[in-house]
Amino acid sequence: MSPTGAYTGGTADPTGYIRDHDVHPPMDYPGYRSTALRHPKRPLELLPHMLTEVTAPLLGQDTLGELDNDLTRQHAGEPQGQRIIVHGQVRDSGGQPVPNTLIEIWQANAGGRYRHANDNWPSPLDPNFTGVGRTLTDGSGRYRFTTIRPGAYPWGNHTNAWRPAHIHFSLFGRAFAQRLVTQMYFPEDPLFFQDPMWNSIPDERARQRLVASFDYANTEEQWALAYRWDIVLRGREATVFEPVEGGD
Amino acid sequence: MSGTTPSQTVGPYLHIGLTWPDGAYAVPAAAPGGFWIRGVLTDGAERPVSDGLIETWQADPDGGFAHAYTPEGSATPRFRGFGRCPTGGSGEFGVFTRKPGRVPGPAGPQAPHIDVSVFARGMLNRVVTRLYFPDEPEANAADPVLTRITDPAARATLVAGTAEDGYRFDIRLQGEHETVFFDI
Repeated sequence: MSPTGAYTGGTADPTGYIRDHDVHPPMDYPGYRSTALRHPKRPLELLPHMLTEVTAPLLGQDTLGELDNDLTRQHAGEPQGQRIIVHGQVRDSGGQPVPNTLIEIWQANAGGRYRHANDNWPSPLDPNFTGVGRTLTDGSGRYRFTTIRPGAYPWGNHTNAWRPAHIHFSLFGRAFAQRLVTQMYFPEDPLFFQDPMWNSIPDERARQRLVASFDYANTEEQWALAYRWDIVLRGREATVFEPVEGGD
Repeated sequence: MSGTTPSQTVGPYLHIGLTWPDGAYAVPAAAPGGFWIRGVLTDGAERPVSDGLIETWQADPDGGFAHAYTPEGSATPRFRGFGRCPTGGSGEFGVFTRKPGRVPGPAGPQAPHIDVSVFARGMLNRVVTRLYFPDEPEANAADPVLTRITDPAARATLVAGTAEDGYRFDIRLQGEHETVFFDI
């Protein structure tokens, strides 16, 4: 018996992953100026999913350092800003948890400054904050980071342009076709209305899926506010037979 | 069914979070038969994209995969098969790897190929292409994906060139010689 939802190998015609382009932004979005020269103009060619597309690298514990999921403890002192816990579950669109998958995050500091040579926004760097985290989801697809709430920052896209506070997320999933890079936002950010990356997602319900929920139940007294953000990757095209748990 | 999470750009500062010291090594530097795949990522004005990221995923030399569903599927022990390289100031990238074997396809084996993802500021979604090898003319002529591309000039964008230390594979996001990208 293979694990739940497993691709058992040995077939030349594996089941693919649902094409769900409707929820994603278009490659060409004039409001986000940098897309103009960076989107393919020819129609994409259909690629039926074969073995290379339904498999993905095994990136395990050896990818991680001990403090990789706690961005507040990677330096000698505490970083500036509001300490937060960001946690959630990674599932596919069929509802199946995605266990043991690598999540990488990167973000600005509390003043909205990235630790990057090209970021010249005149807000100070924080000597105690790099802004990088990594973790693996557990057996139930759950993940958890401790970090600080990033600040908003200005950029040059349009007049008086500001990015809403966000954390970049990268996920591998269990198939090359499931690979996802996205951004997590915070509830009721007043900057959404003018942000082209936010507005590039055509469906308002899909946009809202990028917003974490304030999570009072997991907020830790005298320590950190908590946010919950669940992430849903593409699911498989066919319903896989699931044995009934606790049967017979 | 629940709705999937939309994609967003990696932004200009992906180097903070998405670079690994050994990222470019899909196989160890000492791997027998290892070679470099080198190329340049350019935009629609034929300018180098210096804030991009290339990822590669491929079968091992025997055409097998060690992956989340079939960890026993690789005949080559500890074959990572995954490469990741940020682009440099001239849009250049390089991944060190071995040639993949022939992977089963819907009607017989596919030609040796490497799946390639491209991420960058200004790209709200990644794009995906495939690299094929110039020294596999017969396998390429029968490959189920390559043969879908009927325009020879477009098909040529998927076949690497040769280089002193391996292969050359430039990726053009837009323009006259725009690389073929796939809807996956």
